[in-house]
Order: sequence, then structure tokens, then C-alpha cells
Amino acid sequence: MIPLSHYLALGAILFSISVVGIFLNRKNVVILLMSIELMLLAVNINFIAFSHYLQDVTGQIFVFFVLTVAAAESAIGLAIIIVLFRRRHTINVSDLDSLKG
Amino acid sequence: MNHILNMQVATPEIFIFSMACLILMIDLYTHDRLPLLSYWLTQATLVAGIYLGLGGMGTEPVTTFNGMFIHDGMSVVVKLAIMLFTLIGLVYSRQYILDRGMYRGEYYVLVLIAVLGMMVMTSASHFLSLYLGLELLSLSLYTLVAINRDSDTAVEAAMKYFVLGAVASGMLLYGMSLMYGVTGSLDIKTISAAIQGMQSDDVMLMLGLIFIVVGLGFKLGVVPFHMWIPDIYQGAPTSVVLFIATAPKLAAFAMVIRLLVDGFQSIAVNWSDMLVILAVLSMALGNIVAIAQANFKRMLAYSAISHMGYFLLGIISANPNGYSASLFYMIIYAFTGLAAFGLILLMSRSGFEAENISDYRGLNREHPWYAFMIALVMFSMAGLPPTVGFYAKLSVIQALVDVNMISLAVIAVLLAVIGAFYYLRIVKTMYFDAPEAERTITTGLDARVLVSLNAVMLLAVMPWIGTIMDLCMSAIQSMG
Repeated sequence: MIPLSHYLALGAILFSISVVGIFLNRKNVVILLMSIELMLLAVNINFIAFSHYLQDVTGQIFVFFVLTVAAAESAIGLAIIIVLFRRRHTINVSDLDSLKG
Repeated sequence: MNHILNMQVATPEIFIFSMACLILMIDLYTHDRLPLLSYWLTQATLVAGIYLGLGGMGTEPVTTFNGMFIHDGMSVVVKLAIMLFTLIGLVYSRQYILDRGMYRGEYYVLVLIAVLGMMVMTSASHFLSLYLGLELLSLSLYTLVAINRDSDTAVEAAMKYFVLGAVASGMLLYGMSLMYGVTGSLDIKTISAAIQGMQSDDVMLMLGLIFIVVGLGFKLGVVPFHMWIPDIYQGAPTSVVLFIATAPKLAAFAMVIRLLVDGFQSIAVNWSDMLVILAVLSMALGNIVAIAQANFKRMLAYSAISHMGYFLLGIISANPNGYSASLFYMIIYAFTGLAAFGLILLMSRSGFEAENISDYRGLNREHPWYAFMIALVMFSMAGLPPTVGFYAKLSVIQALVDVNMISLAVIAVLLAVIGAFYYLRIVKTMYFDAPEAERTITTGLDARVLVSLNAVMLLAVMPWIGTIMDLCMSAIQSMG
């Protein structure tokens, strides 16, 4: 049987990749959306691993809710990207600089 | 008392949710004939919600929906304040929304859904209900910021808000998952009992706590997690900023209390140390960077960051007195912010956003009454003695002195003095500079009377301030 620590390490690695993806990415807004999704999936791995290890079903129920909310979140994120593209004709992160001070 | 299914305590939430669905449908059929109907229905919903909420005052704490939902003194007071501030904010922003073509039924439905999310957060006694309430609020707010689709800045602000808001939720969730692993439960009461005997050298417990504090920091907008606040305040439509700057701050207070106090009171030493750093950085950066701003809304954003630092001071003291001081600070801050943004909305008219500080030059010559109102708001934000802002700052600093954190209290006072500079600069601009252009005020009578009343109440504090203080105290004491 695979020990709990392996799952937690996997979750931590995925979480770090997503954080790096969000803060180092200067190119495309869609990559930000993908990173956010990855972040929530890393959390889900943690929840399911703990849930299995603790023999407690609550963690798995929580994952269902996180997945549902993540779907709603992507829908809103994509909608904002479409509106952004209509106005600016670009979705480069480095072009989002009209608000400064 | 632990009822499995006691619907009665959740009546305001159920009512607001049903009305939000109903208004969405009604607006679909009546939008062309009766355009203002959804506005009045929303206001009626909030009034009825306040009435239903008042019915829950002074009852014993009740947990229902299998431990998902808690009804106690704190939740009642915070919910009433959320509904009242939303109601006042909608009166201020009606004309602004109409002038800019943002008037759609969805605007009000989204506001109601956001209010529902805040109320769920306030009453959460389980990580699941806390998370769902938070997302209900956040998703509505992202959409509201982008509701003016023709504005470049609003869309950019929405994008930034969305990304950083999602990161904050991710951090919070990661922290929650680690807490679940440590304690084996997602119920806040059970978690609190489980970590009672744990040592602070438990790595996973501390890591979970750090992620949760970082998530809360993002949501509150304290330094170093503040980068989204100035962009949102500057870019979003003023009516939406008015909403974001008031009611959600109270919900954030409730979230801090539910997680840190209800959940992790036994490791208070650890989180209060983290909060000290966040509070000092926020007060310093907020007050200093605000000096350099030429945009009024952006200046108020940095002012909001520093106010969140002051709000944390009461939480840092980690005792009921401090929590009630923080609640009091938040209510007063939201009330002052309501007047501040209400006055910006009043000065704006169609085609003109009164958002630069230079737009207020010589306001006193033309509209001495409104110049006086803005001056009162600035005095209250700076915390000058006759106004209510002074009592708010006094109460959090008093809470610090009570637990012998004198040096932190001294830093807070010194930074408040620096902060007074940029608030007073606005007063100077209005009273001593020469006016540039003619200003006409087009806002309706109801908003003018209400905003005047709001600002005058900041000065005439004696009749009501004691009541609010007692209310905050009893709210914290009757927490279940």
C-alpha cells in the first residue's frame, strides 16, 4: 500500500507548481486559469488521501463541493477573459497594466 | 441545544435566497415596463430580512443542519449590519447605476446572492459551509466588478480580482485540508477540541495554520497580500466599490472569528504572532503609500489597507474584549466608508467620475454643505477626537494596552498620525484651493438626505455609540 506521505508530497508538489505558475507567468491569462484549477486539484488530492487514511467520508464529500465550485469559478473566469479580449484584443498578462500607482 | 434540522434560525437566509430567485424571474418580464421594480423589490427584501433577523436577537446559541450552521449573538449582529449597510449602499448608488447604463436586474440579484454568501459565512460552523459562503460571495463580487463591460479599467480590475481571489481560496483550502489531516474532522467545534492538547511543534498543524492565516490575509487585504485592493478600488465602478468596501469587511470579521477564535483559540499564541507582523506592515504601508496617491478611490484603498491593520490589533489581543473592539472597529469603519463612497457617488454625474483629488478643489465655495460632509468623513477616518473614528481607534488600542502590548500600541498611534496627513490634505483641497469647473449635483433627494444623515452621525456620536459598543460586547459574549 502506498503510504500517506507519498500522496501529501504529490499534493504539495502540484500546489507549488500552481503557485509558481500564477506568480511567474507573464504571458497568457488562460495559463493563470489552468494554474488555479491545478491548485484546487492539489487540495483535492490532500482531502482524498486524508479521507482514505482516516477512514472518514467527510473529506470526499468536501471534494465534490470543491469540484462544483471550481467549475463555477472557471465559467466566471472564462467569461471575464472573453470580455477582456473584446475590449483589449489581447490576453497577455503583461498588458494588464492600466491600473497603477 | 443541537437540533438536527431547525429551519427557523435560518429564516433570513432562506427568505433572501427565495427573493433573489424571484427577482431574477420578475425582472425578465417587467424590465421594459417597470424598470425600477427590481430595485424596490431588492430594498423591500433587505428590509424584510432585517426584520426577520431582529427576531433572532437575544436567543440562546443554536446549531442546526447537522452542525453546519450556527446561530448565536455574533452572527445576528453581523448579519443585521451586513443587510443594513447593503440597503443604504443601494440607495446611494441607484442614480449612478442608472446614469451609466449598468442598471440591469442582475445587478441587484448578484448583490442579494453576495449578501446571502456573507450570511452563510457568518453562521458557518463547519469548513464546508464557510467555504461555500465565501465562494458565493466571491463569485458574485467578481461578476459585479465586471458588470460595466464597456470599461477597460473595470474589466482589468475584475481579472486581477478573480485571479488573486482564487489564489486566496486555494490557500485557505490547502490549510483546511492539512487541518483535516491533523484533526480528522471538518467541524470547527470538533477541530477546536482536537487541537486542545496538541503541541505547537506539530509541523502539519502549524503549516495548516499558516496557510489559513495567509488565505485570511488575502481576503482581508492586509500587507503583503494587499496587491489587489488598490486596483479594484480604482478600476471597478464606484457603486460596486462602495459595496465591496463595506459589507464584505464585516463578513471577513466573522470569518476571522469563526476560524481563529472558534477553531484555533488554543493555539492563539501562534496566530497572534503572525497577525502582529501583518498588522504592523499594513498600517505602515497603507498610511505611507496613500500619501502619494492622486486618485481619491486609490487613496481610500490604501486607507482601507491601513484600517485592516488597525482592525487586526483587537484580534491580536486574543481575548473577548479585543474581539468586541475589533467588531466595533469594523462596524464603524464600514459605516464611515459608506459615507465616503456615498459622497463620491453624489459628486459624480453622467459622464463625470469625481475620482481624482483635484476634482474636489474649492468644493466649499459651491457646495459648502457637502464639503463639510466630506471633511467629517475624513476626520472620522483619521480618527480625530470628536468623531466616531476616534472611539474606534481608541477601543482597539485600549484592548492592546490591556494585554500589555505597549510597543505595538505606540507604533499604531504613530502611524495614525502619519495617516492624518493625507486625510487632512483632502480637507485643505476643498477649503483653500481655487475651484476649477462648475459642479452640479444630480443625485436624488433620498440619497442626499441619507448620506447627510450618515455623515452627521459620524460627528453626533453620543446618542448611539454606547448602544453599538454594548451590542458588540454582548454579541461576543453570547458566542456559542
